[in-house]
Amino acid sequence: MEKVKCECGHINPHGTILCEACGKILDEKMNQNELLDMRYEGSARRSQTYNKTIIDKVWNFFSSVKVGVTLIVVTLIASIIGTVLPQEGNLSIQIPVNQYYEERYGWFGKIYYTLGFHDLYGSWWYLLLIASIGVSLVICSLDRVIPLYKALKNQKVTRNSGFLKRQRLYSEKQIDNTVGDIEIVKERLTKKRYNVMEENGNLLAEKGRFSRWGPYINHIGLIIFLIGAMLRFAPGFYVNEALWIKEGDTLAIPGTNKEYYLTNHQFILELYDESDGEVYKEALNQKGGVVKNYQSNITLYKAEESLPGEKPKLHKLEDYQIQVNKPLKFDQYAIYQSSYRLNEIAKMTFSLTDKESGQTFGDITIDLTNPEENYDLGNGYHVELMSYFPDFQIVDGEPSTKSSKPVNPAFAFKMVTPDKPQGEVSFAAIQQTIEPMGENKYKMTFKSVDTVNYSGLTVRKDLTLPIIALGGVIFLIGVAQGSFWYHRRIWLKQENGVILLAGHTNKNWYGFAKEIETIVHGTKIPVPVDQTLLKEKKAMEGQGGKSVG
Amino acid sequence: MKKKRRLALRTIILTVLLAAIFYTLYANLTKDTRKTAAVGEEAPDFVLKDLEGNEHRLSDYRGKGVFLNFWGTWCKPCKTEMPYMENQYQQYKDQGVEIIAVNAGETNLAIETFAKQYQLSFPIVVDHTGEVQKAYGIYPLPATFLISPDGKIVDYIEQSLTEDMIKNYMERIKP
Amino acid sequence: MVELSGNLLFAAFVFYLVAILFFGGAIRQKKGLEGSPYQNKPVRSGKIAMTLTILGFISQLGYFITRWIAAGHAPVSNMFEFITFFSIMMVGAFIIIYSIYRSTVLGLFTLPIVLIIIAYGSMFTKDVTPLIPALQSYWLPIHVMTTAAGQAILSISFIAGLIYLIKTIDASAPPKKQFFLEMILYCINAVIGFIMIKLVFSIMNYQAVFEWVDKEGNTSTLKYTLPAILGPNEWNLLTAGRMEPILEMPAILEAQKFNTVIWSFIAGTVLYILIRLITRKKAARLFHPFVKKINADFLDEISYRSVLIGFPVFTLGGLVFAMIWAQIAWTRFWAWDPKEVWALITWLFYAAFLHLRLSKGWHGEKSAWLAVIGFGIIMFNLVFVNLIIAGLHAYV
Repeated sequence: MEKVKCECGHINPHGTILCEACGKILDEKMNQNELLDMRYEGSARRSQTYNKTIIDKVWNFFSSVKVGVTLIVVTLIASIIGTVLPQEGNLSIQIPVNQYYEERYGWFGKIYYTLGFHDLYGSWWYLLLIASIGVSLVICSLDRVIPLYKALKNQKVTRNSGFLKRQRLYSEKQIDNTVGDIEIVKERLTKKRYNVMEENGNLLAEKGRFSRWGPYINHIGLIIFLIGAMLRFAPGFYVNEALWIKEGDTLAIPGTNKEYYLTNHQFILELYDESDGEVYKEALNQKGGVVKNYQSNITLYKAEESLPGEKPKLHKLEDYQIQVNKPLKFDQYAIYQSSYRLNEIAKMTFSLTDKESGQTFGDITIDLTNPEENYDLGNGYHVELMSYFPDFQIVDGEPSTKSSKPVNPAFAFKMVTPDKPQGEVSFAAIQQTIEPMGENKYKMTFKSVDTVNYSGLTVRKDLTLPIIALGGVIFLIGVAQGSFWYHRRIWLKQENGVILLAGHTNKNWYGFAKEIETIVHGTKIPVPVDQTLLKEKKAMEGQGGKSVG
Repeated sequence: MKKKRRLALRTIILTVLLAAIFYTLYANLTKDTRKTAAVGEEAPDFVLKDLEGNEHRLSDYRGKGVFLNFWGTWCKPCKTEMPYMENQYQQYKDQGVEIIAVNAGETNLAIETFAKQYQLSFPIVVDHTGEVQKAYGIYPLPATFLISPDGKIVDYIEQSLTEDMIKNYMERIKP
Repeated sequence: MVELSGNLLFAAFVFYLVAILFFGGAIRQKKGLEGSPYQNKPVRSGKIAMTLTILGFISQLGYFITRWIAAGHAPVSNMFEFITFFSIMMVGAFIIIYSIYRSTVLGLFTLPIVLIIIAYGSMFTKDVTPLIPALQSYWLPIHVMTTAAGQAILSISFIAGLIYLIKTIDASAPPKKQFFLEMILYCINAVIGFIMIKLVFSIMNYQAVFEWVDKEGNTSTLKYTLPAILGPNEWNLLTAGRMEPILEMPAILEAQKFNTVIWSFIAGTVLYILIRLITRKKAARLFHPFVKKINADFLDEISYRSVLIGFPVFTLGGLVFAMIWAQIAWTRFWAWDPKEVWALITWLFYAAFLHLRLSKGWHGEKSAWLAVIGFGIIMFNLVFVNLIIAGLHAYV
């Protein structure tokens, strides 16, 4: 590749638009009258200059901002599509997902599901989009930051006059004996914390160059963030388990390899009431019950090593009240209050009753998770539990159970009494009693039920969090650096008794122009004029003239 | 020279990026697959109690083939294969094959009734916490693991078994 | 306390209303081109307008503080409170931008939009609501207030962009552009229409109760506060003497919300047609005289700088703080909840905006259109995502 030698003597890389050192226009195609396009200081982007092998072509593809923006826009549109119907991950439904979408949303739901939009954000193509943005971030940044760095490093104090004349803020004036004024300006610039450089009576004052690195720093932050997101899939980095635990139970915390155990003492659900203050009265009247608190009172244990199925020795670590917004944290884990089930049947109590007289001969209480076979009531009365179906159903005329959970319990009792020593068999399910051996004298009367609450806890370990956080912080620093500060340069050149003054900033021209005005105030050095403003003024006057005519 | 270096650098960067993307895609697509205990690997050890309260530790059965069956009383195919298992158990228990039937955490009453009904004589242990089911990654019931005398998983069967199949399996894990 | 708070908000509304008149006056008085750094002394009515604006702002802050004290938590927990806070932040953002650029034209356009937003917010229930467990966290004020601030600053970019478009898109511009500009103004009309219709019928105390069948097949009742053009699924009007629906909505769509939208557009259309008939001008031309004296590049810069200031603030509040809180309250920092996704969409959009501007040179008009679209996304997230899509963020 040929290098381009400028008349000032600086050798520029191929593809340079403005000489890195003096700013002379090297690209003949540029319009000679328009203001300069100062993006990337007119430096040569590497991608534009090499385009031979496949590697180069791929590289150049991702180096294009056009491609980057296109990727962003495509991701944006895809993301919108994902919010049209709820995502599978945010649903809590009993029926299969494919059925749900069709039943609930009709043909539209069916198409949505068929196209895979029900899990859009977890789809391979969405992931690929995000990954492509990541690649684009790396390559775009590399391709621009190095030439920009070189251009800013190589810039000279003395600039080509054509470069100065075509800056947005510019003025020139024939002045004699400027030494004193230039000294004043220099002093003021230094006071305003400009970095002033001098060469043959020409000045370059610069401030806030570091803001030019903002975009690249925020890109680094984003890349770190994406790396963090990627690491989630690496083994050992991420745990996401649900733990349903009944009040009174002690269970191993899933995802911890039986290292930690937890006892759920109580689940509490509180609603707001009058005692919470007069201000809420109207809202509560309108809405009815508003939940004030979900809470699980637990004890955390550390367990000695044990095999699956084995009950280990437990050592208490702490008591804790898990609430929403107040997860229990230990080791690398956090346990969250995320769900609950109230009033699940735990125990049922029946009375042995004489049907005719209504006389009772004692109660039996059946623990549904661990029922006994025999319940002795004394005085020759006892009840035998012949069979128990936690989730009762009848299939082909045979009683059986659908699952092992006590959803719809049913029992076969044998009631043994002094007058019926062989016993009578009664089959009791919710709201029905069957007496398979003919009419009985006795029955089991349902008396009461003991309920228990379940806490739905989420167990989470996420070692990617520090990386994600680091990425976020770096991103914010970069974005702030690039947005809240700006890069300002003022050039002052003396040429054949004429003073040329030009200014450039990457934003906030208005404030910058005002600043230069105060800097040259009271000197013979002319106030630079915003050349875009002149244009507009002319246009306005032209318009006015027309309307009068 | 410089150009060559640039090409090499670009190649390296692109390769790294590509590898990262492929890894992520692969990991993302396979994240939901259950981790079933793999054939050829050592069978996860466990300790479970039977209805009488006796502990059964899988590793104590080293030297014997173990026919490890997961079941529940509500599971229909389990009911079908239980009598076959009982028959074959009678044949093979003296030839060094043991059956361990892991119940998926039901009440003793239900299991006892069931065992009595089918006259089961092999050890039935109860996995109340579901830890063993999880360690083996089974779903749905019935599920059967064949474990060789040296404690390796020989095969994993996720379907209802016929008596012939059971016989075959017993032969495979006979010491 | 709640009453005092309400009065302060009303006072602010009046302050802003009067301030608009003075901003208008300031523009008439002004000589030369606004946006020139060399003649930036504000005229007297401009100063008065700004004083009124600041008084209104203080008054609104008073509303905010007193309501915070009364409620016992930051008043940003329901639609009314959030929208009102958003309007406060918008005035705050305007004051900041004004302190940099001294643009009275910006005030003339910002304050009416702020008034519309305040009025829109007050259409929602103003009851002080207790916090559900998920909201009981100090992250509520931190996250919501920062996000609102970011969105408000970004909104200033929309206003500058809108002025830019009104200024530069004249009768000689392509009809398509003129049409889209009219569309923007029409949409603002629809919001005003919504407010007017709601007010009129609430003064009349209109109520119609319907019995209807929901998607699970359950029968329940529904109270309409606007006459029903769209009735709920299998409706049965229970209140005598009320208008019968013209169309019936399927059970999966929320008939009442769609009914309100229809009414807003009807009212907006009537309003818009009236304006066109009375003035015999396109709505955009109506505002044109006010924007003559402002430099287009100056507007472009205000618009761009608002994005530059607003984008980091929005990222901090709407994504970073949001993620931190989500990790604490919802167990994971990102759940692909619709509101979250729309925050991401907003962020992606402004990221694209900045890249197009920096690298593709999309200045001026293109940039102004983008600023308008950006505001559209923010409003969509604020209004439609909450009311229609509603995920974990469901307010009201």
